[in-house]
Amino acid sequence: MESLAALDIVWLGLVLKIALVVVFFLTVPLAVGYMEHKVLAHMQARNGPMEAGIGPIKHGVGQLVADGIKFIQKEDIIPAAADKWVFALAPGVALVPVLVVLVAIPLGPGVWAEDLDAGIFFALAASSVTVIGILMAAWSSANKYSLMGGIRAAAQLIAYELPLVLGAAAVVLQAGSLSLVDIVVAQQEYAVFGIPMWYVLPQALGFLLFFISSLAELSRPPFDMPIADSELIFGHMTEYTGLRYAFFMLTEYAGMVTMSALVTVLYLGGWNPLPGIALPEGALGALVGFAVTLGKIVALTFVMVWFRATFPRLREDQLQRMSWLVLIPLAIGNIIVTAIAKVVG
Amino acid sequence: MRPNLSKAGLPKIGLFSGLGLTLKTLVTPVTTQQYPHVKPDLPPRTRGVIALMEENCTVCMLCARECPDWCIYIESHKETAPPKEEGARARTRNVLDRFAIDFALCMYCGICVEVCPFDALFWSPEFEYSTYSIRELTHEKEQLRVWMDTVPAPPELEEGAEAPKEIADGLEAARKAAAKAVAASAPAAAEPGAGGAAAPTTAAAQAAPAAPAEEDIHVEVQIDQEVFDALVAEGKSERVARSKAKAAYVRKEKARIQAQRESSG
Repeated sequence: MESLAALDIVWLGLVLKIALVVVFFLTVPLAVGYMEHKVLAHMQARNGPMEAGIGPIKHGVGQLVADGIKFIQKEDIIPAAADKWVFALAPGVALVPVLVVLVAIPLGPGVWAEDLDAGIFFALAASSVTVIGILMAAWSSANKYSLMGGIRAAAQLIAYELPLVLGAAAVVLQAGSLSLVDIVVAQQEYAVFGIPMWYVLPQALGFLLFFISSLAELSRPPFDMPIADSELIFGHMTEYTGLRYAFFMLTEYAGMVTMSALVTVLYLGGWNPLPGIALPEGALGALVGFAVTLGKIVALTFVMVWFRATFPRLREDQLQRMSWLVLIPLAIGNIIVTAIAKVVG
Repeated sequence: MRPNLSKAGLPKIGLFSGLGLTLKTLVTPVTTQQYPHVKPDLPPRTRGVIALMEENCTVCMLCARECPDWCIYIESHKETAPPKEEGARARTRNVLDRFAIDFALCMYCGICVEVCPFDALFWSPEFEYSTYSIRELTHEKEQLRVWMDTVPAPPELEEGAEAPKEIADGLEAARKAAAKAVAASAPAAAEPGAGGAAAPTTAAAQAAPAAPAEEDIHVEVQIDQEVFDALVAEGKSERVARSKAKAAYVRKEKARIQAQRESSG
């Protein structure tokens, strides 16, 4: 009888966790996508979508839902020369890792699917799998533009995975844990000379490196050479239509959300509303913490959109040079300084 | 391939001023007009579509011949009207059967409107006549007549300008008729006073409402320098100031002459 009850709770917990991750995964990227539509438009002195709406609420709030329905209706075209199985599987391979990363990310006190001991490396490793999907799509499309886009994406991943991991490593050193939950808890209590603060201040350099590298990881402007539409049509997505294309778009927005969530957890104190202020206990604290995390994620995605509206695309060689000659040396220096400070202080 | 950092340069303040600009644009209200919900704010003389005043058309075919695209189709027949007086010749008259403009061909040059000698073609600001089929863009005279109602009234004449010929002729005729009536009603008094200055005051008072005395005064047009200077100082363009100053001069001069006449006569 006892074991049955335990089983019950395990199943219930599992279902709840899956529901949390899937609902989060399906709604927040849509909201972020809508935010990008509107913010980008207004930054370019346009209105953006104004018609599609839900009921009397217009201003394009239903635009992405309408787009999704349109994508479902579209013909699913697979080029004759394409490697059919690889071509068909690639969008899924790109999308699933982003979903998996969410499992390890704490969204509020007690609101996480799984507190992994090596959470940060699970998140970074899983997010890198996406590029395999992109390479699959690029190779199987039998299209020169797609292939070049895929190769650029792979080169970009290799170049920017290093500063990303090295930036995160400095935070891990400082927090003394690889678990994302522990990193948030460590920031809750962190203070320099009695002034409570998050890691964004002592790790300001690491924060910048991590944020820039995550933009490059996601192929977001100004690092969007893999899908540069003016030179490569749309990179690995050139041959895709309908639902499979929508999967790639969802990968992009979900990637923005997970990367922002990682930055929030590593540098911006996770679910803490302000440095040095603890959340109330229990369900209320969990809700407020969840809202705070969401707010920080949306703020970071806003910055990503802001960068997209402002900065022109870099050249491929500039991108590589910036990573290998600027970001990686800085990241290594950052680790050394952090380690010395940790030992001395 | 040694990197030339001094040439490539380090990121400078420009990155941040760019961010500032996009942020400023974000909070600046957008001036887009949401067209189907908000009608566009068009200039009054917008060339939207060509309207036809069917009653004025004499089927002279000038518009159809001048049209560079040959997009005007006119069909007509002749009708014979009985002579006005006995023994005179029967009159023939063109009757318009079809007047159509193919707006799929039309290039909106407006030459037809320019050449029409009878004021039958006009520009209308109406522009919402797109269709799903190119054939539906050929509009017949009924639709062209409907658009005539959307044509704005011609611009007002400037003050002191000569009256249009049609109106001037009408006024002249009315004045003559009034004078005739006066002459008929008071033949004895009118005869000696044909010279004008000695005209009987009763007759002049009767004639006055039909033909205001001001109409008789002819003034040589000049620019009123004071008014002109004042208008230019106000910031009006020289062209506008000149015409207004002319009008002001004419007004003043007429008032002066009229006052003179009243005091003398």
